[in-house]
Amino acid sequence: MRLGRWVSDHAVLAVALAVLAYTFLPIVIVVLMSFNQPASRAAYTFDAFTLNNWKNPCGPEGLCSSLVTSIQIGVLATVGATLLGTLMAFALVRQRFRGRSLANVLIFLPMASPEVVMGASLLALFVAGGLGGLLGFWTILIAHIMFCLSFVVVTVRARLQGMDSRLEQAAMDLYATESQAFWKVTFPIVFPGILSAALLAFALSFDDFIITNFNSGQTVTFPMYVWGAAQRDIPMQINVVGTAMFVVAVAIVFLSEMLRRRRERVR
Amino acid sequence: MTAQTVVTPAAGRQRRWNTAWLLLLPGGLWLTAFFVVPLFQLVATSLYDPSGSEELGYAMTWSWSNYGDAIDFYTGPLVRGFGYAAVATLLCLVIGYPLAYAIAFKAGRWKNLMLILVIAPFFTSFLVRTLAWKLILSDNGFVVGVAKTLGLVADDGRLLATGVAVVAGLTYNFLPFMVLPLYASLEKIDHRLIEAAGDLYASPVQGFRRVTLPLSMPGVIAGTLLTFIPSTGDFINAQLLGDTTTTMIGNVIQSRFEVGDYPAAAALSVTLMVLIVILVSVYIRRAGTEELL
Repeated sequence: MRLGRWVSDHAVLAVALAVLAYTFLPIVIVVLMSFNQPASRAAYTFDAFTLNNWKNPCGPEGLCSSLVTSIQIGVLATVGATLLGTLMAFALVRQRFRGRSLANVLIFLPMASPEVVMGASLLALFVAGGLGGLLGFWTILIAHIMFCLSFVVVTVRARLQGMDSRLEQAAMDLYATESQAFWKVTFPIVFPGILSAALLAFALSFDDFIITNFNSGQTVTFPMYVWGAAQRDIPMQINVVGTAMFVVAVAIVFLSEMLRRRRERVR
Repeated sequence: MTAQTVVTPAAGRQRRWNTAWLLLLPGGLWLTAFFVVPLFQLVATSLYDPSGSEELGYAMTWSWSNYGDAIDFYTGPLVRGFGYAAVATLLCLVIGYPLAYAIAFKAGRWKNLMLILVIAPFFTSFLVRTLAWKLILSDNGFVVGVAKTLGLVADDGRLLATGVAVVAGLTYNFLPFMVLPLYASLEKIDHRLIEAAGDLYASPVQGFRRVTLPLSMPGVIAGTLLTFIPSTGDFINAQLLGDTTTTMIGNVIQSRFEVGDYPAAAALSVTLMVLIVILVSVYIRRAGTEELL
């Protein structure tokens, strides 16, 4: 009886853990395959253990240059989208003006559109504008800033909405000028929101394939490289990159979580 | 307005209005130029003369027949795009709900850790992850072996390069888009409401059906939309895990654009967008929440 009770109490938890295990299954495969020595170039099965892939991640031609391209585009797209998006978030939260709901719709729509449609329509625009031959780094960057922008606005806006605006008023009551109140009170409070928006933008840009695929011309980003490799033979080094991405991202998340906890304890 | 700012209310309003527009302008222009204008260009392209080419250029001939032709020719991928996405969304809901529920109500101090664990696998590249599924579902792999033993797959059958593999990939890749909104709405539920149901002699199952589930509907709606919309347009899973009989609408759009058949590709994209808008608005109306937008 007691056992039955315990099982029903923990059944949901058990299912949840099973689902989590399922989400980690491919990660295990990716990590495993990063140590794989395939029997032949065409075989995508685990054959023998090796450290060669990790020692020589740039081995396959074009892999590392595609990574560099992805990082360049990611950084520039992050800077652009974070800058434009933060300004928009401030306008939407702090100002009352006509056309607000229109602005909100404009920001919401890109997040609700399928990526193929966004990629296809941008390509249609570039081709119609006679820019078909100029597709490459800059057109990818334009597209990435476009689709990252909405996510930045939403993230920063959430942080701003959660902020007590009386803090700013208090600062001004204590003779801070408007700009002092902004830089000494508002900005430090909103900054974590801007930072997480920037991280999100980088992650979205770095991992985007669908929109990039339409507007890349001859430029090869990392996802484009993997796509190309998947049509021929898949170098094991892409799993090295996949594992490294996972480790770096998890480290960032845990670090920020630890910092947050420490800050809360100080308070 | 604080005491030391000496402006008349009207001038103040004027100034605020200007500030708002200055802040909005750069981002707004970017979204207009590279999201809104392209959508109009997409519609225009879909009406171009289909016999044009990239070298010779296209003439605007208002060829509405592009739509009929494209839909006739690609009915299969169109239906599959929506069908696979619907099944994947349902599966995401079925496995995502217990996970979100457990994090919101059962995880206790492990809540944050579990939330991190939900998103952590998705830090790896989308494509690398999907290629890993190719290995998991491969013909002599473990999953196929078990499925054969259980009689779920015929002895000479396979999972890779079938619709099952495509749906599995979609379900996997879009799961966090389901779990996070579900968690957000479950987390907001006042526990006392569920306790009250119990005090009023509701069994745990009744309490769930009549209190928790209805209160989590905003999350269910947001989650299903966030999963359904990107998966209808997806072509990565169908390309990497499927074969020529499992192509989705996204694959066709992608390949038509690649070969330079812009009018047909544009017509299909517009069709996809319009169908999604219709489905989503019917769905939201029936579910009875518009606060989402």
